Amino acid sequence: MENVYENKMSLEFLSKSSNEAFARITVASFASQLDPSIEEISDIKTAVSEAVTNSIIHGYEDKIGIIKIECTLFANSIEIQITDKGKGIENIEKAKEPLYTSKPELERSGMGFTIMENFMDELKIESVVGVGTKVTMKKVIKDLKDSSE
Amino acid sequence: MKVTYNEKDKLLTLQITEEIDHHYAEKIRTRADFEIQKYIPKKLVWDFANVSFMDSAGIGMILGRYKMITMFGGTMNMINVAPNVKKVFEMAGILKIIPIIEEIGGTEIGKCV
Ligand SMILES: Nc1ncnc2c1ncn2[C@@H]1O[C@H](COP(=O)(O)OP(=O)(O)OP(=O)(O)O)[C@@H](O)[C@H]1O
Ligand SMILES: [Mg+2]
Repeated sequence: MENVYENKMSLEFLSKSSNEAFARITVASFASQLDPSIEEISDIKTAVSEAVTNSIIHGYEDKIGIIKIECTLFANSIEIQITDKGKGIENIEKAKEPLYTSKPELERSGMGFTIMENFMDELKIESVVGVGTKVTMKKVIKDLKDSSE
Repeated sequence: MKVTYNEKDKLLTLQITEEIDHHYAEKIRTRADFEIQKYIPKKLVWDFANVSFMDSAGIGMILGRYKMITMFGGTMNMINVAPNVKKVFEMAGILKIIPIIEEIGGTEIGKCV
């Protein structure tokens, strides 16, 4: 990973579902500095929405806690880190499986991590039970001006 | 949500007017369940024309209503699905069981209720 970054921002908010739209729109608007395509922007929005929702419904469950988002812009990519201090994930491999959900009664489909993995270029999940979860995602923004070379 | 019902064809059209995430899915689900139980439609069409964003909450929400409608012996389709929303449905393999249609059919949609 490049270590020369162009820009950084961070954001902290309460784990309320009304903040889901705020979080994804804020990250998308920060990412727009890289001049991404419409598809790249909506991929980022969807992935951020998945991770933030997971922190709210799985991490903190019915409690209110703080969700932190840190974004770093590099020359042609954005790295997004979403952290909660919630209950953590026992088995990360299992959690990543398509269709696996611990909350089928809430009509969750178990597709969140699959979407993050497919819509972004890199996905890393770190979690400690009782301590919290950190999801790091990276999206490469293709430079359309270079694609003809 | 904008609701239209065509009595003749027992066709219920639910036009979603908000982004579909965990926050709004709850509201959409409550209203949709109410309308489905009220009309017991033969056909349900979800109109996505005004949906600019959807995450995995939409998958669970749509599948839940699909179970309900098939229990009543009805069918379900979607229309006017934007590319980014379609991408989420494709990921979950939903379009095989709930296909996207081009038009609602040779019939009028019916009056607003
Ligand atoms: N931040 C988190 N804290 C604790 N557990 C989590 C967290 N994120 C995910 N998980 C666990 O990983 C599982 C899989 O997450 P994923 O997002 O793929 O599916 P889901 O949230 O259950 O359903 P969907 O996202 O499709 O609505 C969850 O059911 C939950 O058990
Ligand atoms: Mg999820």
